[in-house]
Amino acid sequence: MGSDDIIEVLGGLSLFADLSRPELEEVAHTFEEEWFPGGQRILRQGFTGSGFYVIIDGEATVSTDGKEIAKLSRGDFFGEISLLLGENPTADVSSTGSLHCLVLAGPVLEDFLTAHPPVMYRMLQALARRLRASNKWRS
Amino acid sequence: MAELNGNACPPGEYPVVVVGSGPGGLQTAYSLRMHGIEAAVLSGDEAAGGMFRRFPLFQRLITWTKIHAPADRGTRPYEWYDWNSLIGQDPSLRALVPEYMDGSSYFPARSEMERGLTEFASRSAIPVRYGCRWESTRMDGETFVVGTPDGEYRSRALVIAVGMTEPWKPNNIPGIELVPHYVETRPLKEYAGKRILVVGKRNSGFEVADALLPWARQIVLASPRPARISVLVHSTAAARARYLQPYEDHVLGGGNIVLDASIERIDRLPGGGYRTQLKGTTRPGDLVLETDEVIAATGFGTPLGDLGELGVKTFYQGRLPAQTAFWESASLPGVYFAGSITQGSIGLKKYGIPSNSAAVHGFRYNAVVLARHIAETRFGVTIPRRAIPPDEIVPFLLAEATRGPELWNQQSYLARVLSLSNGGAVDEGILPLANFVDSAGPDGVAITVETDAEGDIHPAVYIRRGGHVEEHTLASSALLDFTSAEHTAQLTSLQKSFMG
Repeated sequence: MGSDDIIEVLGGLSLFADLSRPELEEVAHTFEEEWFPGGQRILRQGFTGSGFYVIIDGEATVSTDGKEIAKLSRGDFFGEISLLLGENPTADVSSTGSLHCLVLAGPVLEDFLTAHPPVMYRMLQALARRLRASNKWRS
Repeated sequence: MAELNGNACPPGEYPVVVVGSGPGGLQTAYSLRMHGIEAAVLSGDEAAGGMFRRFPLFQRLITWTKIHAPADRGTRPYEWYDWNSLIGQDPSLRALVPEYMDGSSYFPARSEMERGLTEFASRSAIPVRYGCRWESTRMDGETFVVGTPDGEYRSRALVIAVGMTEPWKPNNIPGIELVPHYVETRPLKEYAGKRILVVGKRNSGFEVADALLPWARQIVLASPRPARISVLVHSTAAARARYLQPYEDHVLGGGNIVLDASIERIDRLPGGGYRTQLKGTTRPGDLVLETDEVIAATGFGTPLGDLGELGVKTFYQGRLPAQTAFWESASLPGVYFAGSITQGSIGLKKYGIPSNSAAVHGFRYNAVVLARHIAETRFGVTIPRRAIPPDEIVPFLLAEATRGPELWNQQSYLARVLSLSNGGAVDEGILPLANFVDSAGPDGVAITVETDAEGDIHPAVYIRRGGHVEEHTLASSALLDFTSAEHTAQLTSLQKSFMG
């Protein structure tokens, strides 16, 4: 995947949909690209120092104490909850097949989000959707 | 060297074939031999040294070797202070780089580094076939067949140690092909009085800008992302302090400029020089720069030859092969990597801090661990393991965290591991941390050194019981000594949990 392709892919993800091309280019340079083979643990329950991940290709599972609770795929992101709360992840995230991600180091997520309010708003929307889904039984 | 080893490793079948005679290839071949495995080492060069035969461009390294250090030269703790020598078992093979340094700097000159490596190759008498270029690779069943002008080499295990040495430019900047890459930078005096755009703000960009400071009329460094500085992000992968003069010049308004901007296109001007169109990123706005010169300090990729067609998957825009925790291709078993390519095996990257696998002080240990792994898993070599009595476990682990060069040079990446059974412990040696925490192995304990987001350096302990791994961080120490009563008490309390 070349430089242009990464920017194309980023522009197609809802999280980054409001960014201009130079902003996407900065994002492409700010995030690191990582590739994981199938069955690899990426976010580790209870470990310090984790990061924020955006899936650009492939699938992953979320599990707590070895029990699968969700599936993630292209455009989904993970790792943000523990970083926003300043706590260690409460779940494992593992690749199901080969998984291609963009990764932001945990310590810079806050600066990144405050420098890119449209991304923060999109993230808020995604978190609101998750909250609604998990609260459905109330309504 | 070419004459000395000219007839080494004739074409044929070998237990392992290593491609490359830089520090990664030499360390791997030497460490394999320590386990009784003689590899054929193939090199397209005329002598050992790899990239250090030519780079860094401005002839001094960014990795230090301290001639005077808190540990005695030639000892294992000294390796922490000598980032450039390879790791030998025989005293005549240890700490070779400081032997050839003139003492004027604690960063070796390129020639001093090269000498240290060629001495290691000749003193260890590792058989290297020089002037023998890797041209092709194919599979014959489970055997790799490596084609060279001298003939074919066959092996079931192939170690690629060719360095991340291929000049790389992004494919989305029209006109970037018109400008020289960093490696094509001309003698500095040719830039006298010129206005120069350097594309890229990593170490090669800052290195070239720093060298040009006394010559250039003005230097503009530009790339989309703000510069990352090693002392702020706690990583040798970020721009090193040595090259920060151009950045200070910019910050103080000295006339040289560091820009956060994407490069939209580059055109040659009819009368000479270049016009570059940029778009600001952290500060939006269009810019046009007319400069006499443009230098693309856009980094390097790995010359993987035809391995992609054979099934080796890559990432990082095709620049690195995807690897397991033991530096094996994630998609083509039997192909291993050594040297700076091993940065593609990312590890835990805690707090966003990468391993030091891009540099000798990191990847030399990867090669030692890889050789042992290959010996055990592919050749059935039995490596004796020392039992550690229960009352020695805590002092042993704390001494490793305080003085173990592998743990300091590969923080949160390599770990000292003990396996636990029947109330006893066995030293499993140095292993990749990712392997320990993510593989369902026997009960065990691993210790690492890590730096957190605040720059605090402390040991981290990982306890694996029943396939489940828990992390515990120990206290830091102002003087980097983790053998204190406080650390002993912390680890003793943990020992009660992992020894049941």
